Amino acid sequence: MTVQEIFNHALCSFVGTVSFAVIYNVPRKYYFACGVTGMAGWMTYLLVNSQSFMSVSAASFFGAFAVVLISRILTIYMKCPITVFLVSGILPLVPGAGVYYTAYYIVTNQLTQASLKGMESFKVAFAIVMGIVLVVSIPREVFHMVFWRKKQVEAPK
Amino acid sequence: MSDQKIAEMEKLNERNNSAKEENQTECRTQDDVKRVVDMALEAGRILLRNGGEIFRVEETITRICHHFGVEHVDIFTLSHGIFVSAENEKGNAYTKVKHIPLSGAHIGVVAEVNELSRQIAEGKVSVSEAEERLKEIDRMSSSRKEFQVLAAGAAASCYGFLMGANLTESVVAFCIGCFVQMWVLLAKRWQLSKIVVNIVGGMLIMAAAILAKMSSTMMELRLDGIIIGSIMPLIPGLAFTNAIRDIADSDFLSGTVRMMDAVMVFVYIAVGVGIVLMTYNKLTGGFII
Repeated sequence: MTVQEIFNHALCSFVGTVSFAVIYNVPRKYYFACGVTGMAGWMTYLLVNSQSFMSVSAASFFGAFAVVLISRILTIYMKCPITVFLVSGILPLVPGAGVYYTAYYIVTNQLTQASLKGMESFKVAFAIVMGIVLVVSIPREVFHMVFWRKKQVEAPK
Repeated sequence: MSDQKIAEMEKLNERNNSAKEENQTECRTQDDVKRVVDMALEAGRILLRNGGEIFRVEETITRICHHFGVEHVDIFTLSHGIFVSAENEKGNAYTKVKHIPLSGAHIGVVAEVNELSRQIAEGKVSVSEAEERLKEIDRMSSSRKEFQVLAAGAAASCYGFLMGANLTESVVAFCIGCFVQMWVLLAKRWQLSKIVVNIVGGMLIMAAAILAKMSSTMMELRLDGIIIGSIMPLIPGLAFTNAIRDIADSDFLSGTVRMMDAVMVFVYIAVGVGIVLMTYNKLTGGFII
């Protein structure tokens, strides 16, 4: 990928995520943070997807992982529900393309292709679920600064 | 420190103290328990209706009740109903059931209620103030219609581009995205059901995309980028994420209901797109992509 392409992708994922924040009525002061979350998720997805040994669903998993991790950190710093960042940030990864291709192949009677695409979008959806569940089950205290400060104080003893 | 500041601080302290006293004196009688639980339940209702998760609803209600002196609270929350039973130390009990139909998404409201419950827990807000604030939050309007339409267009074109459309196709996706969001807003005003909104939405997208393809003489438009981009505004992102988060919190019942809600919307969109695609194929007798 050229630098120009990377820039285009970053810009588009940023603007796309912010537009979703507008549609879901996110308060204005969180727009920028939402955009950054979505951009980070999509960039992670691209990075992992460009490796030859990784599949699309693995890339979606890591993308979702990045989105949720950043959302949780932002939640602590900006003192607001995690939903604010999570919903718009996760949307670029949702397999809308899979749904379309499945419908298309079913209609045009290419059932082998249809089941391939259907299973693939199911895998992607499941990968996103795993990504979210994994980060959400990290205890809340880990994300507070106090937790790490206490560790640092205790460590030298 | 200037005198004015000191005076201000004293005033603040007094206010805090009076609020605390008020809290302590509250909840002695049946009426007080009723009032607090009603208020907490209203907060829960607003959260659930606008896309809060189950654990957030339960946590908010518990936090508010505990702060205002209702010690024993039992809550059973489903995706479309809240059951609360509360009791204070003197044995004044109160129970209420509230039905909340599955509906829209307004994350701003969720953030506001969260902020309010945070302030209540810090002891800055009294019961009557909280009631006022909740009424205000419930009346909160969504962002302006023009912005929503433009945002849907921008989302459609951006995601189309991410999925490999070129610049012209992105512009087409922008127009279709705006068009679809107008339909969604119109349907909301007419209070149409989800089935109709999404099936007709999918049909509109496909029809508009085919129209654009047929009318473009200068260059060949590929339909997949356009369509994948333009269905994005219809995709139930909030229901999907909330379902996953509920399941992650082991609220399997509500999670399943919401997941079903999201999956059905996906199916409706696919059906809508499929109907038009099939009709077009039958009419022209060939694959179009």
